[in-house]
Amino acid sequence: MTAWRSFTPGAWNVRVDVRDFIQKNYEPYTGDASFLVGPTPKTLGLWEKLSVLLAEERKKGVLDVSADLPSSILSHGPGYIDQALETIVGLQTDAPLKRAIMPNGGLRMVETGLEAYGFPLEASIHETWTKHRKDHNAGTFDAYNPEILACRKSGVITGLPDAYGRGRIIGDYRRVALYGTDFLVQDKQREKALTNAVEFSEEVIREREELSEQIRALGELKAMAALYGFDVGRPAATAAEAVQWLYFAYLGAIKEQNGAAMSIGRISTFLDVYLAREIQEGTLEEAGAQELIDQLVIKLRIVRFLRTPEYDQLFSGDPTWVTESIGGMGEDGRTLVTRSSFRFLHTLYTLGPAPEPNLTVLWSLDLPRGFKDFCSKASIDTSSIQYESDDLMRSQWGDDYAIACCVSAMRVGKQMQFFGARANLAKVLLYAINGGRDEKTGTVVAPGFEPLGGEVLVYDEVIAKFDKMMDWLAATYVKALNSIHYMHDKYHYERLEMALHDREIYRTMACGIAGLSVAADSLSAIKHARVKPVRDATGLVVDFVIEGEFPMYGNNDDRADGLAVWLVEAFMAKIATHKTYRNSVPTQSVLTITSNVVYGKKTGNTPDGRRAGEPFAPGANPMNGRDQSGFWAAGASVAKLPYEAALDGISWTASATPGAFGQTLADRVANLSTCLDGFCASKGFHMNVNILNRETLMDAMDHPENYPQLTIRVSGYAVNFVKLNREQQLDVINRTFHVKV
Amino acid sequence: MDKPTQTDRPVLRRERTTPSHFPHLDPMALPGFVHSVERGATVDGPGIRYLIFLAGCAFRCLYCHNPDTWRAYSHQKKSLEEVLEDVGKYLPYLQRGGGVTVSGGEPLGQATFVKAFFEQVKSRWGLHTALDTQGNLGSRVDDAWFDPVDLLLLDIKHMDDDRHRELTAFPNGPTLEFAKRMSGLGKELWIRHVVVPGWTDELGHASRLADFVATLPSVTRVDLLPFHQLGSYKWKELNLEYKLKDTLPPTEEVMQQLRNVFLTRGLKL
Repeated sequence: MTAWRSFTPGAWNVRVDVRDFIQKNYEPYTGDASFLVGPTPKTLGLWEKLSVLLAEERKKGVLDVSADLPSSILSHGPGYIDQALETIVGLQTDAPLKRAIMPNGGLRMVETGLEAYGFPLEASIHETWTKHRKDHNAGTFDAYNPEILACRKSGVITGLPDAYGRGRIIGDYRRVALYGTDFLVQDKQREKALTNAVEFSEEVIREREELSEQIRALGELKAMAALYGFDVGRPAATAAEAVQWLYFAYLGAIKEQNGAAMSIGRISTFLDVYLAREIQEGTLEEAGAQELIDQLVIKLRIVRFLRTPEYDQLFSGDPTWVTESIGGMGEDGRTLVTRSSFRFLHTLYTLGPAPEPNLTVLWSLDLPRGFKDFCSKASIDTSSIQYESDDLMRSQWGDDYAIACCVSAMRVGKQMQFFGARANLAKVLLYAINGGRDEKTGTVVAPGFEPLGGEVLVYDEVIAKFDKMMDWLAATYVKALNSIHYMHDKYHYERLEMALHDREIYRTMACGIAGLSVAADSLSAIKHARVKPVRDATGLVVDFVIEGEFPMYGNNDDRADGLAVWLVEAFMAKIATHKTYRNSVPTQSVLTITSNVVYGKKTGNTPDGRRAGEPFAPGANPMNGRDQSGFWAAGASVAKLPYEAALDGISWTASATPGAFGQTLADRVANLSTCLDGFCASKGFHMNVNILNRETLMDAMDHPENYPQLTIRVSGYAVNFVKLNREQQLDVINRTFHVKV
Repeated sequence: MDKPTQTDRPVLRRERTTPSHFPHLDPMALPGFVHSVERGATVDGPGIRYLIFLAGCAFRCLYCHNPDTWRAYSHQKKSLEEVLEDVGKYLPYLQRGGGVTVSGGEPLGQATFVKAFFEQVKSRWGLHTALDTQGNLGSRVDDAWFDPVDLLLLDIKHMDDDRHRELTAFPNGPTLEFAKRMSGLGKELWIRHVVVPGWTDELGHASRLADFVATLPSVTRVDLLPFHQLGSYKWKELNLEYKLKDTLPPTEEVMQQLRNVFLTRGLKL
């Protein structure tokens, strides 16, 4: 039985080209969900076993840690949940939900995490990573300057990946299934040989070392699979092998990297080629096909990393962003929806709702009706799906991109990003008013600026100061990111993920902004109302008195929305003037994940009337309760933010009650599909859809034991609601729930 | 023209309900009295709709959940162009099986404005249009007025004239006549009817209503709407006496019995 039997040949036969393979071999599916079947007894049995462990983990926070063994592709022997029930095998350590330590990212994070959950660290590990080996965290802080440190401390820049893996890189894990590692090793050796004869510049030497690491990682991956009894050196020959090979590749990556986001890519339609072939051959039935997907998804649901309490404050609910991008259209006009696109979403029913994998539907106006309505129904039933505009992204990135983390599109295996967290624009505005002094501490964070005087804030004066302060922040911010990524490449290089990339890579420097709606509304207040600063004894502006009304972002009113657009464009332009590490292309996102709560905590009173400490709105959302003109108007405001100025994504989280979409399920499904179409047609980029009653969430706060799988979408990812801390639960509950769409 | 034509005096104070027809004026320049708009309504016509509540209604329905729409002049005066401009912002949503619905208040109280609005919506964007009315003022406008109207949501309050007068302060004859006339014109009709315990929840009445509706061939759907108390606070805010303040919503069981009355006559709910 040859691995590539009955596949249509093409360029993919002679060089690594997964897209070509997909295009030549996949079968678009334009029907509805009626072909789907339920889970097999094996799947149910396995999920039941895990549910017990998951309940225990919920109680303890962390079930177990492999604290004595730094993780690598080959560090741990094979692990199983219950081998007899597992169709797809492989765990990060030797037991399910047992977390690994990865000191190369940062020993401090490891030690703090272990301490928080009561696990001791081996003395030898401490010694190795303090005396004999340096980690990415230590390297980065060697490079930071005082201004960067001050920005980190005050929170004007927060969430920098300087203490652990940067993540947001997607290996093309499909390559291992399609080609096997032996071919991939040969290909990398070929690439390395290309520079045998050229001058050995720093770049060349770096590349040669990186390729050597990649080749080594592929070899280790083959050895890791052999521990489980599989030979991934050769291409997968069956559907089960294709799923297994692909998962092994991903598993190898997450055994070495604990990046905030470890996305799996865009795998459903690729795998569908194998599933469809075997269904055609008569050796697989629908139940077996669903079982393979269910079992893979079970594995993706139990990806775990050891985090610290500070990390949880920022990104609550233990997220891993195992993002799978589903659907979309091909450049040739055929839909990329296959039966397996349905099967992945169907896991929300076969296994119940869950936050991971982070199911991301690439929405296009041209998607088949049956698929649109199945997505809408699953959203209504589970609130577990996010939607991103394939129509916008395809024009930018082609038809084989995937989403890293929440909203960052990148061409699979051809592109990566340097993840850059985000800068707090609302705080930057306060710094502009206060001449670089922090409004909470009074200390100087940005040196060399004069504060604004006068009894009333004058818009033009504020803008002039703000513009200069953004210049300063952008400069400091990019310095920090350059340091982080230089050191990450040096001390915590993603050798396996990069082995599953092309040689030529398009790199982006993915900056970000938080507090967009607060900053926009503040500028609107200054422009359209009278805002009087209130100064303390030291002259520090600590509050504002607002006289009169002003338009607010989120009501489809250009007077306010235009300010938000300006902010996005202005900050992007400032970022773009700086030299970036490895000549990466600067981009930015408007995304906060759950850090909007922490950002709010670290920001004083703002000129829009927001009180000190009050959470920001997440992502590009209007401030909670200020979007008074309804769901569409809020969406229209968000859709005005130009994707070209925020190519790393613009996140909108929308919550509505089920009744808002109509009286019957059929009406709700049709109307949600229409809303998604409407948002997409308006050039909206991303929409997290929650369809819930506030009462359900309040009950879940009081009786978490009744809601183990209650899932909600926050900015860019989904969480188990009961895993959020109380503060964040309240933030979610306080968000606008549209009772009308 | 300004005043309702009924000879019976309403129980409550009646006021001018309409800025009226000024045929000599440019309809585009005519203002509408708009109570509010809802962008994204899902129960007032097919698909998702831009819903405009016009202000002013002569009926004084005891169960009205929007008594704040009764008075016309206390609300925002908007030009036709202003209203259209806002609708135009939501075309990506409206052009997908939805459309616009004009409700109230009683939109036929501002017939010239509504007609001009529907004509513009049709000529500019070809959107589906629906008029939500109690039909009482239907005789004021000619058949051609309904050309740009795709669907009528006709609210029949009560089949018995006496009870109708008690309930709304007006007779039901004009509404029933209007229903027949629209059906005769072949205008698609959705009949809406609020089920109010003690008023419209008995089977005999439902049968009479269903019998009548069954004679109207252009009816494609009947909406039985259970009475609710969500508007009660508005009566309080307006210092109006709310006679139904102790009335409970009908039970699901009653609603099902009533639905069956319509279903057995082959009507679609």
